[in-house]
Amino acid sequence: MLTYLIRRLFAAAVMLVVIITVVFCIFFLVPKWAGVDIASSFVGKQADPAAVEGVRQKLGLGDPIYVQVWEFFKGIFVGRTYAGGGDTIHCAAPCFGYSFRSEQAIWPVLTDRFPVTLGLALGAAVLWLILGVSAGVLSALKRGSLWDRGAMVVALAGVSLPIYFTGMLSLAIFVFGLHWFSGTYVPFTDNPGKWFTGMILPWVTLAFLYAAMYARITRATMMEILGEDYIRTARAKGLREPVVIRKHAMRSTMTPILTMLGMDLGALIGGAILTESTFNLPGLGREVLLAIRNQDLPVIVGVTLITSLAVLFANLVVDILYAVIDPRVRLT
Amino acid sequence: MTTQRTSGRRKQALAAAAAVAALLTTAACGGGGDDNGGSKNGAAGFDAANNKVAQASAVKKGGTLKFGGAQDADSWDTTRGYYGFMWNFARYYSRQLVTGKTEPGKGGAQLTPDLATGLAKVTDGGKTYTYTLRDGVTWEDGKPITSKDVKYGIERVWAQDVLSGGPTYLKEVLDPKGEYKGPYKDTSADKLGLKAIDTPDDKTIVFHLPQANSDFEEILALVSASPVRQDKDTKSKYGLKPFSSGPYKFESYSPGKSLTLTRNTSWKQASDPVRKAYPDKITVTFFSNANELDQRLLNGDLDLDINQTGMSPQGRTTALKQHKANLDNPVSGYIRYAVFPQSVKPFDNEHCRKAVIYGADHVSLQTARGGPVAGGDIGTNMLPPSVPGAEGQKYDPYELAGANKSGNVAKAKEELKACGQPNGFSTTIAVRNNKPVEVATAQSLQASLKKVGINAQIDQYDGSQTAGIIGSPSNVKKKGYGIIIMGWGPDFPTVQGFGLPLWDSKYILQSGNNNYALINDKAIDGLFSQYVTTLDDAGKEKIATQINHKVMEGGYYLPFVFEKFINWRSDRLANVYTTDNYSGMYDFVNLGLKSAS
Repeated sequence: MLTYLIRRLFAAAVMLVVIITVVFCIFFLVPKWAGVDIASSFVGKQADPAAVEGVRQKLGLGDPIYVQVWEFFKGIFVGRTYAGGGDTIHCAAPCFGYSFRSEQAIWPVLTDRFPVTLGLALGAAVLWLILGVSAGVLSALKRGSLWDRGAMVVALAGVSLPIYFTGMLSLAIFVFGLHWFSGTYVPFTDNPGKWFTGMILPWVTLAFLYAAMYARITRATMMEILGEDYIRTARAKGLREPVVIRKHAMRSTMTPILTMLGMDLGALIGGAILTESTFNLPGLGREVLLAIRNQDLPVIVGVTLITSLAVLFANLVVDILYAVIDPRVRLT
Repeated sequence: MTTQRTSGRRKQALAAAAAVAALLTTAACGGGGDDNGGSKNGAAGFDAANNKVAQASAVKKGGTLKFGGAQDADSWDTTRGYYGFMWNFARYYSRQLVTGKTEPGKGGAQLTPDLATGLAKVTDGGKTYTYTLRDGVTWEDGKPITSKDVKYGIERVWAQDVLSGGPTYLKEVLDPKGEYKGPYKDTSADKLGLKAIDTPDDKTIVFHLPQANSDFEEILALVSASPVRQDKDTKSKYGLKPFSSGPYKFESYSPGKSLTLTRNTSWKQASDPVRKAYPDKITVTFFSNANELDQRLLNGDLDLDINQTGMSPQGRTTALKQHKANLDNPVSGYIRYAVFPQSVKPFDNEHCRKAVIYGADHVSLQTARGGPVAGGDIGTNMLPPSVPGAEGQKYDPYELAGANKSGNVAKAKEELKACGQPNGFSTTIAVRNNKPVEVATAQSLQASLKKVGINAQIDQYDGSQTAGIIGSPSNVKKKGYGIIIMGWGPDFPTVQGFGLPLWDSKYILQSGNNNYALINDKAIDGLFSQYVTTLDDAGKEKIATQINHKVMEGGYYLPFVFEKFINWRSDRLANVYTTDNYSGMYDFVNLGLKSAS
């Protein structure tokens, strides 16, 4: 188990290095190849030559790409100093870059936005797991019933309707129409009650999409498993149906669900862009959307790395959980 | 139990029905009146604040004025900000020697003393400007604002390598040779080494211009000429918490999320003839979703949009139908246009440029921009109506709003023949990919040009890289961008503040170029030179008109619209008016509320 963990962590670290290098090339090298001067996009419409040069100097854009990547890596562990034009900015470790648009180090911005996104992703995940998996299991068990058809129609709607539609609709009805919710985000630390009520609509909206997908996957997997020999054997042995479902069918069904959950949670923690944007939640997704709009490359790079980290971490957790759920899996 | 369950279902059904009904009637509940004469809820009426003051007598001291916005400022540092709304908002926490009058419409574009006791004493043939500071002007810690603070604030414009982004007119006018290196590289002990400004005492400041510039006072009215105190200068981080010289100070700011200003208790009304400082508190909430912002405005959660660039199409439609009394439809001061870089063949030929001007369907272009209300009047020339010397639609040399408004194919073909391309030609239209309206305009232009034999393909480039892509003449030539879709508004309301970077050959730059047409016309350059030495307003207006005529005669531009937009003001607002000083925006600094609660 320990060897397995060390191996996986090492692989994750290598993967991160590759991701950082690729992300750097995409954001800093590709525009250069296309003949676009990145520095000039940071300095406003008059683009004074001194201003362009100042940005180039501070960001080290004149250095070879490997030097830039190395400086970035070093910054994560020992911090980094940006100097130019008589101004010196120190970005403390872990330095994930510095935004020359908002004049802020990226790491504090990410840590400030992260709890919002984490709260959104986890709350929605709880909802969609309860609703999606239950609906899927029930549909599989009552295949062809009115319940099954109804649940699958709702699931189809959930998958088909984009979040910005369901989100705007729920805002129009419950915030602007019925005034049941304020629609304003309040940090958990300021007021847990208001935080909870403020998160209900985003949770439900996000969970609606995912619950629909999970219901369909659960139903399909469950139906396939219910036809397996070992289920027939269990039933032939005289086990009660709830035991067969809970102890045998559910365990196998949960394996692909868990894989999906790991991937989805990882990606969502990197930013639920549409949900956060629709409900104006100040999380990572909204931050990266604003950064894309403002072409704030350091923020985009920072959020991309956080997303990658979250996906890698979530996958690692999922792999470990496999062994817990399915005794056939051995971590070696 | 069964009965209860049935009752619950019934309740749910009723709730759902109520929800749908509420959704359909939400907007109708909020605003009331749908006519031009005001609403039951107290909105002043359609266009009631457009170039006139609405509900001035209803204003009360106190309360919280709530702004919303879809876009944060580029910077709140007075040296670095370039967005129009930032300049407007900055008057809450910064003062200048002179500023625009707090009057509606054209009156707002006239200058009035702010920190100074009067307008400049101009001597030496327009090369020396002298000001005396008022008594009682203070910083937020109560210390007096001195002439040295004003000089230091202006010197910061020279530190472009640290404080990029803002306008650099002061640098160009006071130090055209670029001899001064900025306060951060200044070797003098007091860091006040800029030779063009003298501060003989704490109350007096004297500007020595190497060459006269008749708009110098307009340039001093920009927020980039605000005082900054040396010991409070946090350099590149100053925009996160500027030190206030105005009636409000920064309480909190989280970029892209929110901004709160509270009263600066050291500010004295008696020292400030411009600002009334009605509200106790000013809040700004930033939204990533423009539709939600509009919904919040319609719902009454917010008072106005800080960006002042008009409502989104959805919000606009609802507002025009059900809340018309809360809307104003001012001219923005922007002109939306296509420009023809002369480096790209065949646009080096005047007749080929004119073929495009005649061939375009101007009504269709106006529709693509949003129509006459949300888009603006058909643009007939290149000088915004708010700029002195402009003639509006009266000057229409190509009859774009007249006989040729739907395009004149015959005339376009004549021009094609004259330019040696009787069968038309192919070209590329460059348009920013982050501006859907501009993309729609490009498509409209493409369709109408096809009728005259001009095949234009559209290239949507990364809009956030505008300065690097179309601001580089060599790149424009390499990519063959014969037509560039753009828009421009005045930095200050004069022909210099609007047209100098667009039309003067001195402004053809290898990077960050805005003279996209690469106009190198000695007559135009000469008129600008003449303009800056002309001190009387009538003479300046006349030259402005001549410059506009020269630009139009050259056929460098195809104007689409004199832009207009639809802006929202809440029922709570009082003393509201649009001003030409900020291109048709509401004048933020003296907005008030009808109730302090």
